[in-house]
Amino acid sequence: MNAAGVRLRRSGGATRLVIRTRAGRLSLRVHLRALLVGAGLLVVALSVSLVNLSTGDFPLPLREVLRSLLGQGDPGTDFIVHELRLPRVLITVLVGAALGASGTIFQRLTRNPLGSPDFVGLTVGAATGALVVLLLLDGGGPQVAVGAVLGCLATSVAIYLLAFRRGVQPFRLVLMGIGVSALLESFNSYLIYRSRLDEALSAQVWLIGSVNGRGWTEVALVGGTLAVLLPVALYHGRHLDMLGMGDETAVLQGVPVERGRAVLALTGVGLAAGATAAAGPIAFVALAAPQLATRLTRSPHAGVLPAALMGSALLSASDWAAQHALPGDDMPVGVVTAALGGVYLTWLLFHERRHNG
Amino acid sequence: MSDARLRAEALTLAYDDRVVARDLDVQITDGSFTVIVGPNACGKSTLLRSLARVLKPRSGAVHLDGQAIASYPSREVARRLGMLSQSPVVPGGIVVEELVARGRFAHQRLLRQWSPEDEAAVADAMRQTEVAELADRFVDELSGGQRQRVWLAMALAQQTPILLLDEPTTFLDLSHQFEVLDLCAELHEQGRTIVAVLHDLNHACRYATELIVMRDGVVLAQGAPTEVMTAELVEAVFGMPCRVMSDPETDTPMIVPAGRQRRRAARAGATPATASRSGA
Repeated sequence: MNAAGVRLRRSGGATRLVIRTRAGRLSLRVHLRALLVGAGLLVVALSVSLVNLSTGDFPLPLREVLRSLLGQGDPGTDFIVHELRLPRVLITVLVGAALGASGTIFQRLTRNPLGSPDFVGLTVGAATGALVVLLLLDGGGPQVAVGAVLGCLATSVAIYLLAFRRGVQPFRLVLMGIGVSALLESFNSYLIYRSRLDEALSAQVWLIGSVNGRGWTEVALVGGTLAVLLPVALYHGRHLDMLGMGDETAVLQGVPVERGRAVLALTGVGLAAGATAAAGPIAFVALAAPQLATRLTRSPHAGVLPAALMGSALLSASDWAAQHALPGDDMPVGVVTAALGGVYLTWLLFHERRHNG
Repeated sequence: MSDARLRAEALTLAYDDRVVARDLDVQITDGSFTVIVGPNACGKSTLLRSLARVLKPRSGAVHLDGQAIASYPSREVARRLGMLSQSPVVPGGIVVEELVARGRFAHQRLLRQWSPEDEAAVADAMRQTEVAELADRFVDELSGGQRQRVWLAMALAQQTPILLLDEPTTFLDLSHQFEVLDLCAELHEQGRTIVAVLHDLNHACRYATELIVMRDGVVLAQGAPTEVMTAELVEAVFGMPCRVMSDPETDTPMIVPAGRQRRRAARAGATPATASRSGA
């Protein structure tokens, strides 16, 4: 029993990989299926990304794309890959990961599959911030991103304060979020209604959520957000399991409940803000990625990493569909994800109703 | 006595605006099997919850090992003190073994997720509570009694020297009630301090080394069952006449409630004012 090594252990209906050093000083315990699903999703995300890099107005052979990525391409290919396509592909993967991670954090903190950042008003708040910069302050580019981040943070604080009544009940938070969301939605419509036609058009494109025409600035923005916040989310991910059992049990088991929840919520807000600032309020990914990862891993709840990888795979595939599978020139990816989201949500509610009799 | 590991000083306990207890001082004797008894809503569960730092006192403090319990990191307390709650939230989609394994949280680290001790503690806890054969079942599909034993297994897996139990025998049939109490007695013999809230006075007298008798948020008596359990005390606390005899099995005090006639007579005698008013 004290032997070092790697072994598989079937416990509690799932197989887990247990890795131990001698005397058990260090040990890891990984849900095997989650590990395999995660690896599979990573492969899918990377493969679709490669396809997205090689297809477009100038189709490139996969070999050329790989060579260019390794720094051995010719200048023409390098320009297409590095300047035109790579930022977009990276943003897609990173934004998907941020949305997936943020989604699972919020759904599990609120104990509600609808408690994702796009439902509780965070992305709408980010949109309001961006629209204020775009339409009222005549800003562009990075300023819009700053506006989105500020909008997202301000909205989350407002929802928290409004929902607060001797602590925050998760369900109250979700309902308050939906209410605030509706309010901001109408304010966003008002901002667009009173603007000039060309401004309104660009604002509307931003609102759909798109990875078109994004550059290395946005890559750095969402990449930096992930680099800082994903490790925090992973570290506190274990607390999510414990918090799901209710505050009392979590306290008794030694979870710093208040602090853990605050850190996780702020991390989730930050990830949603970074993603939205880089690509606009892309619908559905934060909502569905954790749920799909949960079903694939057959665990009670999706871990942060599987949900993030599912987000990447989902958004990459959606962007491929937006570019190639649908008629029209360079459709914003948000159109595809919103359509998928509608289908998914209907299915979810239908399934729940049947499930509950 | 002043250096008992777990003690409460001048506690005022309240839910929202309803004060349950004022200026409560309680010491839990080290190595005892303490049982808290009292009528419904006397504050016994509330006291237990505050001892486990789940309920923050309005004023006063609970001390663990000579230091205010609120001043410890949560994980540090969870290694010394565990509690079986009265009605914990049942998480969906989780199987028994996984839930029991979560009882090891306080002993785990980011890079020490499943030590041999964790594995042994979980296996022991499941064996002691006889839930090993339920290991792969979903917790939300179990009966109330099975679930109660699973929660107990989770608290045992925590392997704390002090264990608090809030009505551990609820939902259990007669034989399982005694199995759980026997298990508590065994844990106590192994040197752990056990504090339980029980409803059944006879269970309490049989198993407790020390009783805490409460009414209306006040401790009326504390001591060994043979010393404190008298007919006068039971009548004062529960308002019910009874006889206290010696339990033929264990020689501990046994409470036999008075018959219906005598109880009715006592009720009429206890409230002459209301009786005469309603008669007028």
